[in-house]
Amino acid sequence: MSNKYFTSDHEWLQIDGSNATIGITDYAQQSLGEIVYVELPEIGVEVNTGDSLATIESVKAASEVYAPIQGTILEVNEALNDEPELVNSDAENEGWFIKLSMAENTLPESLLSKTDYDTLVEQSE
Amino acid sequence: MSETIQTGQSTEPQKTPLYDQHIAAGAKTVDFGGWLLPVNYGSQVEEHHAVRKQAGMFDVSHMTVSDIKGQETLPFLSKLLANDIKKATTMEGKALYSCMLNEQGGVIDDLIVYYLSDDHCRLVTNAATNAKDMAWLAKQAADFDVAIQERPDLALIAVQGPEALASCGKQLPQIAELLSSLKRFQGGFAGEVFVGRTGYTGEDGVEIILPAEQAPSTWQTLLEGNIQPCGLGARDTLRLEAGMALYGSDLDEEHTPLESGLSWTIALDDERDFVGKTALTTTDSRYRMVGLVLEGKGVLRGHQPVLLQGDEIGSITSGTFSPTLNQSIALARVSTDSEITIGDTVQVQIRQKQVAAKVVKYPFVVNGKPS
Repeated sequence: MSNKYFTSDHEWLQIDGSNATIGITDYAQQSLGEIVYVELPEIGVEVNTGDSLATIESVKAASEVYAPIQGTILEVNEALNDEPELVNSDAENEGWFIKLSMAENTLPESLLSKTDYDTLVEQSE
Repeated sequence: MSETIQTGQSTEPQKTPLYDQHIAAGAKTVDFGGWLLPVNYGSQVEEHHAVRKQAGMFDVSHMTVSDIKGQETLPFLSKLLANDIKKATTMEGKALYSCMLNEQGGVIDDLIVYYLSDDHCRLVTNAATNAKDMAWLAKQAADFDVAIQERPDLALIAVQGPEALASCGKQLPQIAELLSSLKRFQGGFAGEVFVGRTGYTGEDGVEIILPAEQAPSTWQTLLEGNIQPCGLGARDTLRLEAGMALYGSDLDEEHTPLESGLSWTIALDDERDFVGKTALTTTDSRYRMVGLVLEGKGVLRGHQPVLLQGDEIGSITSGTFSPTLNQSIALARVSTDSEITIGDTVQVQIRQKQVAAKVVKYPFVVNGKPS
């Protein structure tokens, strides 16, 4: 069964069995502005929670995306090479960054449901 | 996820007379040199394109306007400025871009001076350097029969783009006649309003200097003329495309104008003495400025090292993604020993990778098009 979770750092995770697809939220892409380049990791790389997962270059500045969970990179979104603006137009679906194989079977308690994430965003505006 | 944020001073930031209007227009603000200013109003790329294609406007009221008055205005400016004020005396209202140097030839600030008469010139200087600029001016003026009057009562609105003058003339009939007579790089008065046909974008346009209390209604009137409000984000991409220096990034007190791509702003050929002249004429330049265009993917940013065949030859002073060229551009300060020339390829260290960049002449964009 697949389930979508969010982090307070404005990332989303779609869990599919023991794999997770990760990207940034629509709120995050709005704050960043026009994205011109996304630097993604190599396939096979092992990431720990808190490691840098990707670097997003918007016109204004560079931002790091940190891994919300531990795992091994299975796939990266090649479409972002030619169309980084997909992250702006469809952050929570077509603009996904990576798919990884999770190292642990249990998810961190800090992950938020959509409702909790939306509340967090509302409170910060 | 983290975001690199520019932080300002530790004291409460100041607001310009147009602050409330920026908020009402949906501006995202940032502390810039102690002032709360708009970064963008939703899309800095759209704002950038509006200036290149039609007209955009900027609140630049954070900058400092000073009036220099007195019998010795010209001798004072002749000593103070690295460029020669005499160049501006050929026409009433003529503007001159110059650096103000310390005794070591380092840049204290870059500025525009308008020649209004032999007894009156107007300076526009940067916001972040205000305290040291005013102290420096006072110190240098002590030997001359001049009075320096800082004008915090004035606001500044820059309107830039191919349609800027036409739109301003239409929306602001009280300055229409002045606008029709102004030449590029000339300023003049229409009542209390001063208009300079100058700018920081590489496009035609004006910088309107007006009493602060008139700024909100003037801004509103320009807005009704469909002029796009533009923030600091667009301001930076526009000026870098136009090859214009930013104080604090491309210019500072540790480097001379010759080491910053501004040799054209120094008048050295005659007997005129000015502060910093001796340093410029007796020491060799250690660096020069080059333009770079990124060939690989990514964005060039300030402080990234520049390498040639594995050796570090300098670093980027200003970098960004150019919306008009759709690629990343930068200014880089490199050692004069490195002997790189236009057309050469260098490497730039972007985080863990070295990415190829080509040395190009700048400005990168002229008349709205790639140069």
